[in-house]
Amino acid sequence: MHRTGDLYGQFQTLEQQKESATLGMWTFLITEILFFGGLFLTYTINRHSYPDVFSLASRTIALKWGAINTVVLIGSSLTMAMSVWSAQVGKKKLVTFFLIATLVLGTVFLGIKALEYHDKYVEHHIPGASFDMYYCTNNPGACDLSPEDFAKEKAELKALEEKIGGPVAVNSHSQLFFSLYFGMTGLHALHMIIGAGLLIWLVVESMKGRFTPQWNTPVENVGLYWHFVDIVWIYLFPLLYLIDRH
Amino acid sequence: MSNNAEHSEHIVSPGLYIAIFAALMILTGTTVWAATVDLNEYFASLNVIVALVIATCKAILVILFFMHAYYSSKRTKLIIICGFFWLAIMLSLTLSDYSSRYLDVH
Repeated sequence: MHRTGDLYGQFQTLEQQKESATLGMWTFLITEILFFGGLFLTYTINRHSYPDVFSLASRTIALKWGAINTVVLIGSSLTMAMSVWSAQVGKKKLVTFFLIATLVLGTVFLGIKALEYHDKYVEHHIPGASFDMYYCTNNPGACDLSPEDFAKEKAELKALEEKIGGPVAVNSHSQLFFSLYFGMTGLHALHMIIGAGLLIWLVVESMKGRFTPQWNTPVENVGLYWHFVDIVWIYLFPLLYLIDRH
Repeated sequence: MSNNAEHSEHIVSPGLYIAIFAALMILTGTTVWAATVDLNEYFASLNVIVALVIATCKAILVILFFMHAYYSSKRTKLIIICGFFWLAIMLSLTLSDYSSRYLDVH
């Protein structure tokens, strides 16, 4: 790991050294793009096969929290970009400030995600032995539903049952949606946790004043990773939360 | 040394970052609003198409400006484009395979 802005032996110029770091980071990110791409592919095929079930299951997750989390995460991308700028212009205190702001926003995102997962646990929407799409409508008061939403969900489940052939099909097909929901948001959250770990490292290093206009490659590259995680969420949000909200 | 380092990077101004952030917020609002309108009655699957077009616009803004791809070298740009090209191969070939085999799945 380069700890200074010195030119290392295998490079001819600092410019080339910096470009190699950026190129290497992008090469890693491409493997990540293909990794998440496989999940989006699985999602597409399943949604195409069971459009009505995906539509109903998607409407049971809270749009409000998804939208707030989108704003929080894009905000954290802004603070991350600002920390790169601060390092480039040599404002060492601001680097630390913006890195901490990014870390805080990332933690808020994960906290909201945990609340959402807890709601799904209460509603018996976690795939497995106790999965039950009818839990909320069979147990009035167990879930946080307004009387209108309760009546609407009951009517929609009934209509879906008639369309796809019974409650067993409703429960088995909606587990596909929730498996993808937990799989994709869970892997996204894991990337966020790794990113938060990297940010803690950067905060510690920046407090020592390590990042300068001559050398800020770790801030730049962790920034690239953080923005990539943001892009994954930019696609997850409409695909998981915004199916047929009309 | 410092001359070299300055030469090697383009510094994006905070004003541009904030403008990109604002554009991303507007697009987020637009995608939430678009989901509440039934566009499917005009054209099959128009809702999901609109959602994906907006998401792609947001992703492009993030890649070009937050991730500095706009200011990066031609070699880095080529690598980025290759990555998405490979993603397109994976998606298009698999989906064309599925759509020609399992037409009766639903």
